[in-house]
Amino acid sequence: MPYVPPSFKPCVPAAVSSGDVEQTTILVIGAGPIGLATALDLGLRGHKVLVLDRDTQLSDGSRAICYAKRPLEIMDRLGFGEAMVEKGVSWNVGRVFFKDDPDPVYSFDLLPLKDQKFPGMINIQQYYNEEFNIAELEKLDNVEIRWGNEVSSLENSKDGVLVTVGTEMGPYKLKADWLVACDGAHSPTRKMLGMDFEGQTFKDNFLIADVKFKAERPLERHFWFDPPFNPGQSVLLHKQPDDVWRIDFQVGWDIDREEIVKPENVTPRIKAMLGDDVEFEYEWISIYTFNCRQVKQMVKDRVIFAGDSAHLVSPFGARGANTGFQDADNLAWKLDLVLRGQADDALIASYDEERSLAAEINILNSTRSTDFITPKSHVSTVFRDAVLELAKDQPCIRSFVNSGRLSMPVPYPYSSLNTPDGEEWNGGVEPGTNSIDAPVTVGDKSAWFINQIGWEFKLVTFVGEGGLADDERAALKKLVEGTAPFSVLLVGPTEDADFDVLGDPTGLLAERLAAEAATTYLFRPDQYVAARWGALDTSKVAAAMRKALAGE
Amino acid sequence: MGSLTVCENLENYDDVYQVIIDMHRGMTDEESEKANAKLILLLANHIGDLEVIREAAAIVRSNTPSTKAE
Ligand SMILES: Cc1cc2nc3c(=O)[nH]c(=O)nc-3n(C[C@H](O)[C@H](O)[C@H](O)COP(=O)(O)OP(=O)(O)OC[C@H]3O[C@@H](n4cnc5c(N)ncnc54)[C@H](O)[C@@H]3O)c2cc1C
Repeated sequence: MPYVPPSFKPCVPAAVSSGDVEQTTILVIGAGPIGLATALDLGLRGHKVLVLDRDTQLSDGSRAICYAKRPLEIMDRLGFGEAMVEKGVSWNVGRVFFKDDPDPVYSFDLLPLKDQKFPGMINIQQYYNEEFNIAELEKLDNVEIRWGNEVSSLENSKDGVLVTVGTEMGPYKLKADWLVACDGAHSPTRKMLGMDFEGQTFKDNFLIADVKFKAERPLERHFWFDPPFNPGQSVLLHKQPDDVWRIDFQVGWDIDREEIVKPENVTPRIKAMLGDDVEFEYEWISIYTFNCRQVKQMVKDRVIFAGDSAHLVSPFGARGANTGFQDADNLAWKLDLVLRGQADDALIASYDEERSLAAEINILNSTRSTDFITPKSHVSTVFRDAVLELAKDQPCIRSFVNSGRLSMPVPYPYSSLNTPDGEEWNGGVEPGTNSIDAPVTVGDKSAWFINQIGWEFKLVTFVGEGGLADDERAALKKLVEGTAPFSVLLVGPTEDADFDVLGDPTGLLAERLAAEAATTYLFRPDQYVAARWGALDTSKVAAAMRKALAGE
Repeated sequence: MGSLTVCENLENYDDVYQVIIDMHRGMTDEESEKANAKLILLLANHIGDLEVIREAAAIVRSNTPSTKAE
């Protein structure tokens, strides 16, 4: 039997009969993966959050299956990254095949740099992701999810929003200081605010079948261009947990969408691919057309867009939910500090600046992959086939092969929150880029660097054998007292009376951060680098903090 | 980087021209089309400079008037 994701009782709050206008600090519309992650992040920071979803069930079928390293690190900060990896199928290697050749024309490793906590990618059904997130939310008293609650109208102003919500027993009204619209690709919020969703639809269809069968196949992503079992088109195969396999068949534009998804029409395709004797059952079959679209502004007064409501990509590259989690990660600490009065609305504007850039780059990548996979003209087909034929013999051509450039975090090299390098660096992590991971020690325990930063600003400074100098210690203590969401982490061999210390016995952390004694990094609460220096100078750190809070 | 070499740069133009034409010997139009594409890709990799390729593409584009509507 196919797995049936949990469903929930529709909620009818007291305001429906009392007619009172309810009040909340943060309202999240949509309990998809991005709304749930946003609610969890803000909830863990102590804010009162209300999540509304018109549905009463987790995502049926399985939509997103591939979750990349960076989103896993975000989920780990939120408390369910390890659950994802435990249940999921980890993989790093992808192979690309052309026509009937059993040898790949090209293979890639998503995680060339090993010794990091999370793999390059895992595959897991979207409903598991939602379930694990909800399990964490249930531990919080300050977050409430209301199923069967549909937002039907919305007034936005400079100091809050007023929405009307429909329930099975009638409507009620709700006021919120901030609204985060995670209401998906067809975002009613976007429509209620009359906002455009510009971009393009690709004139092609993809038949997606999740089928269950037992097989010993490598845990790799396999992609075929023009295989004998789908001539002239592409096919993608991925393994999911519970012996479920995802198969994507490109099927072209002129098809009968109702006929093609009938099991009796899908079965011959699967048998042609996997052999006549394969025994399988269906979990889910559907047909998709893909879009690449983006809103012009991700923030409008007190309404903030995150996830599919703000941007859509084709699934080649698995950038949809993966990008959305990074929206949530970027937004939560900013909204938190604004609500605490430690930063002003300019910090929220930087969310728009950074995440709109990320959306643009994701769309660019996704559009290029789609153009390669489904060439739009005769000449692009000629070039595509030329690449595939030549790549096998000529390794220098292989990087032209584009079967989806898989989701990588987008850096913000020109973000207004960055303090640019003031000296020459030979490697390391540049301002505006998310941190690299490395094995470290905390006391005598092994740990990961990625788990030592995040939530608040962290000043990571490498100290030599002698530890901190007295004047450095005094200056750092002053700095920590002056700014609230900030702490210091020393990397070095000795214990310290005032600050937490990390050990770097393998030297990998220093190597990856291009660090020597006195090298200092300022990490933002989302684990991105705000600034870095070859020496510790607390007046420079204080200035970089102000900049990272959009204070100047 | 950048700057496409647009002054004469080859020792023997006839030799180079012949190598390109010979590559196509005995090919159908379709095969030739694909062979040209492969040649461009290999040479692009050899050049190794996006700006040079961009400049060359711009020259070819304006030198090849197209009557097809966008
Ligand atoms: C076939 C397929 C494969 C994919 N594969 C991948 C992948 O491998 N990796 C990846 O990263 N992404 C993938 N994606 C994309 C991924 O599924 C989406 O990006 C992700 O679901 C977006 O999450 P979201 O929370 O923004 O929106 P959604 O998941 O769409 O959630 C929106 C929620 O808002 C609710 N809602 C809408 N309107 C209202 C309203 N008026 N009032 C109250 N509630 C409302 C809806 O009920 C819904 O629960 C895939 C998508 C598809 C279709």
